[in-house]
Amino acid sequence: MTAQILSFPAPSSCGSGSTGSQECHDPRVADHPCYSKDAHHKFARIHLPVAPACNIQCNYCNRKYDCSNESRPGVVSEVLSPEEAAYKVLAVADAIPQLSVVGIAGPGDAFANWPRTVATLKAVKKALPVLRLCLSSNGLNVAAHADEVVELGIEHVTLTINTLDPEIGARIYPWVFWEHKRWKGLEAAQILVREQWRAVEALTSRGMLVKINSVYIPGVNDDELPKISRKAAEFGVAIHNVMPLISDASHGTHFGLAGQRGPDEAELEAMRERCGEHLPQMGHCHQCRADAVGMLGEDRGAEFGREALAGKALDAQAIAARHAAVQAALKSGSGAKWKIAVATGDGLRIDQHFGHAEAFRIYESDGQSVKLVALRRTAVYCQGPSDCGDDDNALPKLVQGLSDCAAVLAVRIGYEPWQKLERAGIQPVVEHAFAAIEPAVLAVAQKLHAQMAALLENRA
Amino acid sequence: MAYAITDRCISCWACLTVCPNQAIAHVEGLFMIDPQHCTECAGDFPDPQCSSICPVEGAIENEWGEPVNPPGSLSSMSAR
Repeated sequence: MTAQILSFPAPSSCGSGSTGSQECHDPRVADHPCYSKDAHHKFARIHLPVAPACNIQCNYCNRKYDCSNESRPGVVSEVLSPEEAAYKVLAVADAIPQLSVVGIAGPGDAFANWPRTVATLKAVKKALPVLRLCLSSNGLNVAAHADEVVELGIEHVTLTINTLDPEIGARIYPWVFWEHKRWKGLEAAQILVREQWRAVEALTSRGMLVKINSVYIPGVNDDELPKISRKAAEFGVAIHNVMPLISDASHGTHFGLAGQRGPDEAELEAMRERCGEHLPQMGHCHQCRADAVGMLGEDRGAEFGREALAGKALDAQAIAARHAAVQAALKSGSGAKWKIAVATGDGLRIDQHFGHAEAFRIYESDGQSVKLVALRRTAVYCQGPSDCGDDDNALPKLVQGLSDCAAVLAVRIGYEPWQKLERAGIQPVVEHAFAAIEPAVLAVAQKLHAQMAALLENRA
Repeated sequence: MAYAITDRCISCWACLTVCPNQAIAHVEGLFMIDPQHCTECAGDFPDPQCSSICPVEGAIENEWGEPVNPPGSLSSMSAR
């Protein structure tokens, strides 16, 4: 009965049509707590409240109140500058190294505050390169920025689309601000609907992972949501997230005050079932605040407020290195198994310099047993003293090629590759030089286990 | 000729992002329009930008102290 309500199934790269029930191994979703049911127990997210302004009004949103007990989109306790936001991300990564995803979800609209959004993402990416970036938007101001979205390295964009029909749109959106003018009623909804699908097209055609959120408003857009799912599937949208209207007079929203009710559990389930005929449905969305911090379903935002962060001295490099290591370990082996690369010529001992290795043997170990899983040929990074490191691309390529590994064992590793490996979350290990491979890999896997346990225990 | 922000402002920042004259200042959590710089967007846009994006009725007044978005002007069609 709930066949379509599952952990993240299948964008195009996972093949097999649009509604398969297989777990997807697209790396963009495997460690994203909002997309992968598996990941949401393991990885954490942060929403950065750097985008206060909004260019539309929705009848389910009231920007006026900030109540820290209220958990819903559009609500936030404080607006951060891009610099403050990057600092907050560092502080959170320090405390919660499972942090894998940074999103900007308002409290207004990420694209209505585009310069602030761009500045924030650049600063975050610089501080912690392994974080995944995502944005959410009403879609109005997106198409024009689609190329920049790609350039910034953003992997996920969520668009909230509630109807295809402008007549119904006029009951959900009283106005939009578009091309320097406020539009109301039907005209406003026509512009919004048109621009939303321009946004979908612009993003999916650039390979972006697009999710559509829809607020289910019983009696208003019931028949629209399956149509949205169907149309979205044609555009290559990855997943549809049907969310219940949150409606309470105390929130001061138009719908709340007007007594518009939200759907009950059964209605929501039935709607997701209908939409699931066309597109995979998301089943575990928590409708987080625009400043949510922590594992999905928890919000530790209060611990990282402006006052709590003021005057806190953070060692950015140390945090980045540890964060990258934790991420790599969590990703490479579900936290239990690690992939470990070995520079070896004879296949028995660790007998090569990192820069001279023509191939790496990739082993997998859980600390109990060791298994050879791959042999990876690499571009030789260092040919000798005369041209060592001359090829600017060789080292990044080599590091990239080992990015699924938690550690690399070699006889020696130079200063520059050592730094680059650490930044990428791969631990460079030279203490087992010339030792037999299997016991060394076992020892490293056990050490990784211990490190991970200590990190997660100290900071959970 | 200048607009002004009243205490109905909810500090949503929207006006700041659209003013062509950088006439809106954000000081200690409050937003205000510098009358020296505000032109009501004359020469830049047909409609004054701040009052065209402001989500709150009565939060922006014209030079005669009248709300540019009077009560009822921004509410949903279904509310009327």
